[in-house]
Amino acid sequence: MKLSLGPVLFYWTRETLQTFYADMLQQPLDIIYLGETVCSKRRAFSLDGWLGLARELREAGCQAELVLSGLTLIEAASELSSLRRLCNNGELLVEANDIGAVQMLSENRLPFVAGPALNIYNGHALAELIDLGMRRWCPPVEVSGALVHDSLQQLDTLGVPRPEVELFAYGHLPLAYSARCFTARAENRPKDDCEFVCQNYPEGIPLLSQEGEAMFTINGIQTMSARVCNLLAEYPQLRDSGVDILRLSPRAEGMAEIIRGFDAVRGGALPPLAIDGCNGYWYGQPGMLRAEEVGLC
Amino acid sequence: MQLVCPAGSLPALKAAVRQGADAIYVGFRDDTNARHFAGLNLDDKQLDAGLQLIRKEGRQLYIAVNTYAQPGGWQRWQAAVDRAADLGVDALICADPGVLAYASKRHPNLNLHLSVQGSATNPAALALFQQRYGIKRAVLPRVLSLAQVKALAEKTTVPLEVFAFGSLCIMAEGRCHLSSYITGESPNLCGVCSPAKAVRWEQEAQGLSSRLNGVLIDRYADGEAAGYPTLCKGRFMVNGQRFHALEEPTSLNTLDLIPQLAEIGIAAVKIEGRQRSPAYVEQVTHVWREALDAYKRAPKNFAVQSGWRAALGGLSEGSQTTLGAYHRAWQ
Repeated sequence: MKLSLGPVLFYWTRETLQTFYADMLQQPLDIIYLGETVCSKRRAFSLDGWLGLARELREAGCQAELVLSGLTLIEAASELSSLRRLCNNGELLVEANDIGAVQMLSENRLPFVAGPALNIYNGHALAELIDLGMRRWCPPVEVSGALVHDSLQQLDTLGVPRPEVELFAYGHLPLAYSARCFTARAENRPKDDCEFVCQNYPEGIPLLSQEGEAMFTINGIQTMSARVCNLLAEYPQLRDSGVDILRLSPRAEGMAEIIRGFDAVRGGALPPLAIDGCNGYWYGQPGMLRAEEVGLC
Repeated sequence: MQLVCPAGSLPALKAAVRQGADAIYVGFRDDTNARHFAGLNLDDKQLDAGLQLIRKEGRQLYIAVNTYAQPGGWQRWQAAVDRAADLGVDALICADPGVLAYASKRHPNLNLHLSVQGSATNPAALALFQQRYGIKRAVLPRVLSLAQVKALAEKTTVPLEVFAFGSLCIMAEGRCHLSSYITGESPNLCGVCSPAKAVRWEQEAQGLSSRLNGVLIDRYADGEAAGYPTLCKGRFMVNGQRFHALEEPTSLNTLDLIPQLAEIGIAAVKIEGRQRSPAYVEQVTHVWREALDAYKRAPKNFAVQSGWRAALGGLSEGSQTTLGAYHRAWQ
């Protein structure tokens, strides 16, 4: 089982990102995703900046495969041309998070990773994307373990070799994307004059019910889960269901410890019996649930 | 511009035809379409009757098979595509690349429209669906400003359909898992959002509460108008403030944009609401037919009549309407 570090979904400063990746360099990671997937206005790094960071990581001895993730929601022509430059970067494998990126990559016959924002839910869709050049599939975060398993079996019956399978296994789940910036809305600012307020929230803004129940996390135009998904306790099932890579999504604090925990279990340590956070999606249940709480396992 | 209207039942279909819809879109009675609600949609007999009427009146029938197929139920999606083709529908609306591939190979003469659930917002995405599956039209997600719709129309040869009126999805369609996170059922996989079976209304000491799978979506004081607890339209707490943190209960209404949409070359405007009553479909179709006809008669003198606005306002969520993402300030 490989471990990957997903793209940073929050808006951190350039310095924060540099410190973060310098730390990640020391961790037992097999793959590191770089790039901005949420908002084109965020400019901690330009495309050249990300490529420069990748070179610096390499020079510092980084052995992990480096992948560049593309923006998810493409609205403006300028975003599309940035995406085109990213797809043609000439150095790094690209994670496509929009079908537009898939089109650009396949036109240039470049292999790609299908990110969790692409809607691939069955073996027939997998076969289509593989034909277009997909070599790794990170399923939508809402799919269950059974759906992943069944999709791969369906692909087998079509006689198409399986791609690598990477599952979102840790972090706030990216759930939705909008034209509207909810962080700007919460701060009573127009989106066009946002002053990058999301940089003040390194792990987004909690959205609670009127009873104080944590529901979602506001992160600019992205809405995430309030609870942190954690599938470490499910490790034996993940391993047996055809998953090759576990994606750990960056958080502002404590990532090294999280990575060490996953690394220990893949190295043979017993997985924990239960975790904090949520794992409902894996069991085909509401994503917010922790299966142990509702007696599912 | 074509007027495309929803029908979740035969009476709604008849109402849409009566009021001058150019095309009516429906779904089968299962999870292959994005309005898989209890008691909704047409059975075989009703579809036959509806199609007969549509043919007699010279209108068009579209069938939505626009959820994402689950591997275990693949045959259901395949059968839905085959049934639509056998019926001779004027278009099949779908989103799943697997379903599109099957439909385009098995039924090469079937007109395919890319569903809004396909989440194509840019020329490159549209090009993929056009080149690979030969789509003849795409329904745009409600995330683009009017200027962005115009720019997109200039860059693509795929005819475009846009949402004109009805419930407002504020998230990019096909890219929203809020419902499955709270209730386990999502638009992409189950054809539902904030499903009715997860809704609970309770009169509590603090007021009337609406819950989804136990989670409080909103709470109303006495006399305050209460709306369906759609997840993105509840009142929540953010930074200590209680407000509609994502969106207010409101409906999209683009009557004002008819001239601009026509000038951009939009092929069709779509009315949302297969889950709505025949009376709703009747009234909305009536207003939009009148408005589109008025524009066609005298494009330069087009003005939204107050009667149209009042009629649609009365049919809107929270009696409010918005231009949504078409208007940059909304974003």
